[in-house]
Amino acid sequence: MNTPNEATRTAVPPTAAPSLAVFLRQNMREYGILIALVVIMVFFQIITGGVLFRPVNLTNLVLQNSFVVIMALGMLLVIVAGHIDLSVGSIVAIIGAVAAVMMVNYKIDPWTTSLVCLILGGAIGAAQGYWIAYHHIPAFIVTLAGMLVFRGLTLWLLGGMNIGPFPAEFQKLSTGFLPDLFDMGGLHSTSLILTIAIPALLVYLSWRGRKLNESHGIEVEPFAFFITRNAVLVAVMLALGYQLSTYKGFPNILVIMGVLIAFYTFVTTRTTIGRRIYALGGNEKATRLSGINTERLSFYTFINMGVLAAFAGLIVAARLNSSTPKAGNGFELDVIAACFIGGASTTGGVGKITGAVVGAFIMGVLNNGMSIMGLGIDFQQMVKGMVLLAAVVFDLYNKQKG
Amino acid sequence: MSTNVILEMRNITKTFPGVMALRDVSFSVEEGEIHALCGENGAGKSTLMKVLSGVYPHGTYDGEIYYKGELKTFGSIKDTEEEGIIIIHQELALIPMLSIAENIFLGNEVAKGGVINWAEATRRTSELLAKVGLKENPSTLITHIGVGKQQLVEIAKALSKKVKLLILDEPTASLNESDSNALLDLLLEFKKQGLTSIIISHKLNEISRVADKITVLRDGATVETLDCHAEKISEARIIRGMVGRELSDRFPKRVPHIGETVFEVRNWTAYHPIHAERKISNGINLNVRRGEVVGIAGLMGAGRTEFAMSVFGRSYGQKISGDVLINGKPADVSTVERAIKSGLAYVTEDRKQLGLVLINNVMHNNTLANHKGISKNLIIDEYIERKAANEYRDKLRIRTPSIYQDVVNLSGGNQQKVVLAKWLFANPDVLILDEPTRGIDVGAKYEIYTIVNDLVAAGKAVIFISSEMPELLGTCDRIYVMNEGAIVAEMPVAEASQENIMGAIMRSGEKV
Repeated sequence: MNTPNEATRTAVPPTAAPSLAVFLRQNMREYGILIALVVIMVFFQIITGGVLFRPVNLTNLVLQNSFVVIMALGMLLVIVAGHIDLSVGSIVAIIGAVAAVMMVNYKIDPWTTSLVCLILGGAIGAAQGYWIAYHHIPAFIVTLAGMLVFRGLTLWLLGGMNIGPFPAEFQKLSTGFLPDLFDMGGLHSTSLILTIAIPALLVYLSWRGRKLNESHGIEVEPFAFFITRNAVLVAVMLALGYQLSTYKGFPNILVIMGVLIAFYTFVTTRTTIGRRIYALGGNEKATRLSGINTERLSFYTFINMGVLAAFAGLIVAARLNSSTPKAGNGFELDVIAACFIGGASTTGGVGKITGAVVGAFIMGVLNNGMSIMGLGIDFQQMVKGMVLLAAVVFDLYNKQKG
Repeated sequence: MSTNVILEMRNITKTFPGVMALRDVSFSVEEGEIHALCGENGAGKSTLMKVLSGVYPHGTYDGEIYYKGELKTFGSIKDTEEEGIIIIHQELALIPMLSIAENIFLGNEVAKGGVINWAEATRRTSELLAKVGLKENPSTLITHIGVGKQQLVEIAKALSKKVKLLILDEPTASLNESDSNALLDLLLEFKKQGLTSIIISHKLNEISRVADKITVLRDGATVETLDCHAEKISEARIIRGMVGRELSDRFPKRVPHIGETVFEVRNWTAYHPIHAERKISNGINLNVRRGEVVGIAGLMGAGRTEFAMSVFGRSYGQKISGDVLINGKPADVSTVERAIKSGLAYVTEDRKQLGLVLINNVMHNNTLANHKGISKNLIIDEYIERKAANEYRDKLRIRTPSIYQDVVNLSGGNQQKVVLAKWLFANPDVLILDEPTRGIDVGAKYEIYTIVNDLVAAGKAVIFISSEMPELLGTCDRIYVMNEGAIVAEMPVAEASQENIMGAIMRSGEKV
């Protein structure tokens, strides 16, 4: 049975790197979404007469979207695992209410309050995840119920009123900026250092990874592409970082968000937990029969989602400086849309953290840009709906063609 | 008897992007005959039938189709069905939660102005069911009847459409021996009434039993058409046409080196997961020794898969009792994770549903059951993983452009090898293989047998579950026979024969 052809194949040397055109076509989806974000940003930059990239607006863009991005990280895992979570908007509300009651009514310090709220978020995730994972009740139903229950609880807890304001320390979560290491006049020193250090670190890591792959004979992206990609990345990061540094510097929340994005990217691409979540979403039965505790895995994704939603709830409360019964209304749809725009599959098993983050920013820039243009909420919703549909249609078309 | 050509396909060429699936194929069928279509997986059998039945409409292929002497340009399945050409696909197209009657008349309802006449539909269903010899109530849901009966419902559905030319794609692939025989008898019966059929099958013994003519395809081209009445066609003769060479032996030779007992199941009893009073495994005792291949024979529904799954991490059934010993020590197999840790592996019968994550690549599937082997502190070492996947690709000769290819794009035989690779990488002492060669072609089967031989040569113990008796007789050292959830006989392969095995099953059935 051992034909010469078979025997030689075992010793095939690593194939030459694919040509730039072939490579681009293969990675169309991944870069397509990023290009879409850039196009949208440039479009609004022009149409708003340069307002979009102004330091103050960029800062706002980060502050307004941080919680959507943070929840999208958890939602992506839930969606990849083959579930959905409709309750995150209500979790944002109930956590804000609990935080307000604790800090304003009972004068508990912000740190204890935040810790309790994160644990509570995890507990809410566990309560919903328990039914979904161990009793196989569809996540759509369980979290739809959760959405109603937690919204109702919020109304009851707040008695239909707003509670606030919060201690200044707590507000810093959303409105604080990185302190300066030394004075540089109009520029913020810490932010400027990070503006240079982070891209440098990223380029170094990406270079090292490339060399390591090459030394193991693994196919790497074309060199021209590697250079271009990194150059564009560095240029964009430098420009945005500089703009932020000329205003108030990096918001605290931007740093937290960056760390979380890096952490979840690592978990999804490099750890066994991440790998297992993709397998679970791809084929639950086969994954279970491979010795993986799929039920526990689903359960964990919901606990994780609950903690992240609680964190988002704290951010929202701190930003508004009061807790309102309406907080987080409709957030679940923005978060879910971000994941799908970012390329997650509705049937599970497919999706990327970076995609979800870019998806969230596309939604954010659309909101922000249209607000600057003075378009009403009516028009904004129509546009966002069309963008979601277009992204998924593009995805499907791409898949069928490939 | 006048020979009357009902169908002639001339110079059919069909290309998919990058692949020529059919190359200048000519194929003709005479009225009232059973014409078998043979070939390895990927030879183009199903594609040819899809061209004929209008799945690929006129214009998407080159060549001509003459039906009853007229040149036809079918634009859709609807067109071919109107002419009485009906295809029954391998994956049955029945809706599980609808009744037999609803399924038979689906898309073709007995209705006036959109309102269904249920009395008439039920009456006609009963008539059709009688014709195919199926004693079931027309209102029974499809999900409540077995695969064998579902196949009969498909045929009844074809009859309802006034079928002239019936095409069956692997009709017996998921049927047991007695259901298969009943189906083939039915075909012979219909032939007497003048029905023409085309049958695609991998089971050569069945083909030689019913076929009048055999057309062999290889690599998208017609190799030959054999007339079963002109000469006696042996299975070896058909295989030679299919693979282009004589497979002198369908089973690779192996000299057994059998050691001490590695795996033992004692008094294993389990009950049905829903019907708690029904025993699915009844006091099963069996053992496997190092370097031994032990077969479990039985009819479909004998409870072999259920038994294997109940042992493997209690993945099936409830109220499970009994002991499992691995290397003489009691083993904890209460979850899949623990069963794997104890040294057990179970290669599932249904590779697409239970064996593979189809949308993941070869490498990810390969390592799924042994993440410990590629990671440290939960972090995956990509280089170790890649190396392992490449090793198994070469060792098992998995034909894939790269280990980054999604397994959904691989052929059945190669998918099966990926499943095997997954379990080999988990490094078990005992492998339970459940129908490992189902639906894969002769060449790939031979490779799977070779892998099994290599495994036992390396000191593993293998349990081989199969419904194909020649396969068990050709690969095993010892065979257990199972019926109705119990072991009813055990025999060394030297004493085993198809008659012995069937005899044991029949005798056990009489006792009950």
